[in-house]
Amino acid sequence: MGLVSLRRSAGCVLAGLLYLFAASGVVADTKPLKLNTTADHSKFKELQREFQSAPEVTKACLSCHTEAAGQVHRTKHWKWEFLHPASGQKLGKKEVLNNFCISIASNYSACTSCHVGYGWKDASFDFTSEENVDCLACHDTTGIYKKPPGLAGHPQLKDVENPPGSGKITKGIDIAKVAQKVGKSSRDNCGSCHFYGGGGDGVKHGDLDSSLAAPDKDLDVHMDATGLDFTCAACHKGSSHDVAGSRYTPTAMDKGGAHMRGKEDKSNPATCVSCHDTAPHKQDARLNTHTGKIACQTCHIPEFARGGVPTKMSWDWSKAGERDAEGKQIVRKDAKGHIIYESRKGAFELGENVKPEYFWFNGDVNYTLATDKVDKTDSVTRINWLGGSPDDGKSMIWPVKVFRGSQPYDPVNKTLVKPHTAGNDDTGYWKNLVWDKAIEVGMKDAGLPFSGKVDFVKTEMFWPITHMVAPKEKALACTECHSKSGRLAGITGVYIPGRDANSLVDTFGWGIALFSLVGSVGHGLMRIASRRKHEEKENG
Amino acid sequence: MVERVYIFKGFERFWHWSQAALIMFMMLTGFEIHGSYALFGFEKAVGYHSIAAWTLIGLWIFAIFWHLTTGEWRHYIPTMEKVLVVAQYYSSGIFRHEPHPFKPSQLNKHNPLQRLTYLGVLLFVSPLIWISGWLYLFYANWTSWGLANLKLEWVATGHTIGAFLMLAFFVSHLYLVTTGHTVTAHIKAMITGWEEVESSDAENAQAGTEKSLSNQPWSPS
Repeated sequence: MGLVSLRRSAGCVLAGLLYLFAASGVVADTKPLKLNTTADHSKFKELQREFQSAPEVTKACLSCHTEAAGQVHRTKHWKWEFLHPASGQKLGKKEVLNNFCISIASNYSACTSCHVGYGWKDASFDFTSEENVDCLACHDTTGIYKKPPGLAGHPQLKDVENPPGSGKITKGIDIAKVAQKVGKSSRDNCGSCHFYGGGGDGVKHGDLDSSLAAPDKDLDVHMDATGLDFTCAACHKGSSHDVAGSRYTPTAMDKGGAHMRGKEDKSNPATCVSCHDTAPHKQDARLNTHTGKIACQTCHIPEFARGGVPTKMSWDWSKAGERDAEGKQIVRKDAKGHIIYESRKGAFELGENVKPEYFWFNGDVNYTLATDKVDKTDSVTRINWLGGSPDDGKSMIWPVKVFRGSQPYDPVNKTLVKPHTAGNDDTGYWKNLVWDKAIEVGMKDAGLPFSGKVDFVKTEMFWPITHMVAPKEKALACTECHSKSGRLAGITGVYIPGRDANSLVDTFGWGIALFSLVGSVGHGLMRIASRRKHEEKENG
Repeated sequence: MVERVYIFKGFERFWHWSQAALIMFMMLTGFEIHGSYALFGFEKAVGYHSIAAWTLIGLWIFAIFWHLTTGEWRHYIPTMEKVLVVAQYYSSGIFRHEPHPFKPSQLNKHNPLQRLTYLGVLLFVSPLIWISGWLYLFYANWTSWGLANLKLEWVATGHTIGAFLMLAFFVSHLYLVTTGHTVTAHIKAMITGWEEVESSDAENAQAGTEKSLSNQPWSPS
């Protein structure tokens, strides 16, 4: 007791003295406040050297951050593999295919420019290698760190003539500078891959593109660069290098409520509810009656691709392969300069400020894999599809970008195929425009059978929309849904006032109202007529 | 011969007209919410409809209190006496300029058909609208009230049926107002409280009034 109070008073005296010193200017050089970190990496001897390769940088990182690589090894960012706990499907970028660039098999060197590693150039990549973990992709703060496609995830450190013989020199990056300036992950770090999914800015998601690097409030109320300025990690709160949030097991309905500090909460921290709780509308409590059935995103993301970057809405691979009179590949652009046709890829449709489509969604996402049978007589093959129904108690109405396409499949084996697209070789489709060779190589790489025959099937993919949250003033107005042909016109299993009415009740109801009116008018006319007669009689 | 009878007291007239205004306004906003037309816009219509609902609830608390404490509730006790006679009057006598078979008085202000109609409105239409409307207002609380299995569709449909019945009542009511001794006699009564009653001679009228008085179980005799 006495000791404690003694310590306390000593502390007070010390604090008082410090204050006096500070106030009188005796403490001369207080360091300038170093923003949000306790370490200035440029002062670390380990980083004050030349690096011959990117993995050398990683080794330097790991000399202090001894467990970091092991943490990264456990994540989807590293493995590109995800075993779905419910369906048992083996998913992840390594396994699935899509209706954009289709598949990474046999295209590793191009695709793995977005892998958090170095050297994944074929299926033999060593996933236990620690030095091949790429720390800089997520921790670069300079913006100069780039991983061009074709280098299997390596950055380009030396000056290179590109294309060879052109005389155009692409300068290598100063990786020591990048290493000395590492910091926390920013929107730019995540965006360097996630904004460019599908092979270009905004192509895949529609709600993720480079406009979110520094968005204004209208585009995203949370990331607003001059306002709340959230990083991706503010919501996708990671722990041990594992970033929260998943496209394979998303949280469609979060009943958990807001997270509280100190209280263990294993639910997804990236949901709206994890901060805003389940009754977030304070001014107009009536809106809270919507939160049991409607995902926040449905009203608060009125449109996607709102930042001036168009997103692809469809991709028709069956149109690929045209050549001009000289036998060269063709590129066609729309009036705004956006590519709508490429010989190597086919025809595209783009969209900006796109209204989503809406579906009941319970968080289940299922995939058609390259091993699954596909039937062309089905009007459309769904590469992924969302589970959900109005009655399962787990579904909410979600906004979704439906990406429609047409892509190669094997009409004999009746499977989707994984073509070899990228690569400066004799079989890559993008260079040679020959399907059967490209598919043969791709399928062989994936260890899958291919008959040699090629046809095309119509496909769809479903991408729930969750970014580009508008400020509340820009949320959907009531009548966007509460009207006869509103946004939720196709949603079944829910009664929406203003949209729905029992037609029998309406017919009967207007009927009796009309009956009363006609009866009253008739009765009144008869009274008028009888009064005239009466008056005539009286007068006559 | 025309006689004046004081029928509607001050509070009753206030209740009638404020309720009339609220119900008309609620029909106007309600059918917009239902999707029948666009007037205020859905959001405002919902807001106005809810405010009017709470106002009406408040009004009804006063009205119920007034009816119970003054004994006025007895005007809604149904009677079959003279029902046929009154019905016959509206279906034929009225065209022959016969006098109304019922003479209203302070103690018996509604004719038997009115009693039945108002009681019907009170027992069937109002509860349907009130209960469904109340559930509508508290949709968010259904689960905590143990009503998780209730469907909005049922509540909304019930509310709509009630609204249509109210609309039919409203149309008929508006017309029947004109069937007094003169076209405006009834509406004047609801404004001033005084009803003009036509009678073939003063004695009859007097007798009618007295008869009504003695008919009532609570009448002093």
